[in-house]
Amino acid sequence: MADSFQLEIVTPQKKVVDTEATEAQIPGKNGYLGILPGHAPLITELAVGQVKFHAGREQQRLAVAWGFAEVLPGKVTILAETAERPNEIEVERARKAKERAEQRLTSGDANVDVERALRAIQKAETRLEVAGGEG
Amino acid sequence: MANILDIRRRIRSVINTRQITKAMKVVSAAKLRRAQDRTLAARPYAQKLTNVLQSLVVRAEICDPETGQPKHPLLAQRPEKNILLIVVTGDKGLAGAFSANIIKAATQFLELKSATNIDIEAIGRKGRDFLRRRFPPAPVQTRSLAQVEESGEPEPERHQRAGRIQIAGEHVGVLNKLEFGQARALSESVIERYRHEEIDSVYVVFNEFKSVIAQRLVVEQILPVEQIGEPAIRLAEEISEEEKKKAKEAAVSVGVGMRPSHRGDESAQFGTAQVDYIYEQPPEELFRALLPKYVAIQIFRALLESTAAEHAARMTAMDSATNNATDMIDSLTLAMNRARQAKITKEIIEIVSGAAAM
Repeated sequence: MADSFQLEIVTPQKKVVDTEATEAQIPGKNGYLGILPGHAPLITELAVGQVKFHAGREQQRLAVAWGFAEVLPGKVTILAETAERPNEIEVERARKAKERAEQRLTSGDANVDVERALRAIQKAETRLEVAGGEG
Repeated sequence: MANILDIRRRIRSVINTRQITKAMKVVSAAKLRRAQDRTLAARPYAQKLTNVLQSLVVRAEICDPETGQPKHPLLAQRPEKNILLIVVTGDKGLAGAFSANIIKAATQFLELKSATNIDIEAIGRKGRDFLRRRFPPAPVQTRSLAQVEESGEPEPERHQRAGRIQIAGEHVGVLNKLEFGQARALSESVIERYRHEEIDSVYVVFNEFKSVIAQRLVVEQILPVEQIGEPAIRLAEEISEEEKKKAKEAAVSVGVGMRPSHRGDESAQFGTAQVDYIYEQPPEELFRALLPKYVAIQIFRALLESTAAEHAARMTAMDSATNNATDMIDSLTLAMNRARQAKITKEIIEIVSGAAAM
């Protein structure tokens, strides 16, 4: 069996990643999935989270949000609405977005779309995490 | 007889104008190239999304087996009482008949649906200006896409109408730095209204752009989704042969490729492979999650193509303006030379007849 697979991460704006990888971790909606070469075919919805993969020796990480992934034995495709590398993330903006969303949640206003605010917080946290290097 | 000095001044002015139109043409060409690249970049995503949805249609039970009605609300056909029309025009002028043509198509569509309430979302300044003169704004306006940040305010509810045809939202200045998030915001707002049955169907009128010579004006139905992967075109108008020829000349003169923007893509096989997938979520659930994204990408595509078409139209218009300026300079130069010649001749005659008189 081959010891690597093709990994593609595609957003509506561009193809972010197209590389050989030996291992990948995908934030599925029901939890993180570890993918190794030869994984059974699978389709899943993505949650907000980070994708980690090993290409060559180095490990790379990206913050992704909303999309889905398809796993085929030799190929993994991730379709996400946003996919950002650590150096593309504006930390300041993410922090502000998080604060705004938290304010909305705690404001007690009945008009607040709770689900949307929670999503915003989650997204901001993921971006901060990826940018910060921990995880 | 025209004054030589006047003609010379005139020529200089036309030369200056030509300089400007030429520069605009080159700028438009560069922008067109970038816009084309963006439509290309969006294609793999759209293609794959479509493929997965198509494969899900086969596997998930889309229709209720008992009633035959689609289970998913975005697929359900309802009698059209309220329609939403998204009109995509340009923000700037000097693009020939680009915006005028779209407005014409939109007006045609409005006449066609003369028995229904119509909400209009105007994207682009030109269309907005025109429509605003003719139709009243809705009491509740959609948030402009130009200010989309992830805000948590829920979609406003609309109960009152300002008229049979009203402008539900204006979006000016979004096209030149379009992001997917904006298309998503618009589609979310549209889907929300559709779910609440404020509107029964959604159409987009825009200039489809496959390449410089393959363009047409279309009215596309976005909701309800009829057939995944096949745009439901309601009205279409190809550009005329003459315009096509002009566009071609303009494209050649600045070196813009005319190939339909298409790459040989293995992505076509995505999700349709004959394998039994493990579905992390039930197919129905996946389908429910992906369908709104499909709507968003449709809108995104319409906006991108329209932007490309606008730049192409401006490029063509500026190319013919440059050509016209050149023609004008030629004929003015001729007139000037004639005038100068006539003046010299006259002077000679005067000298000769003066000498003869002595």
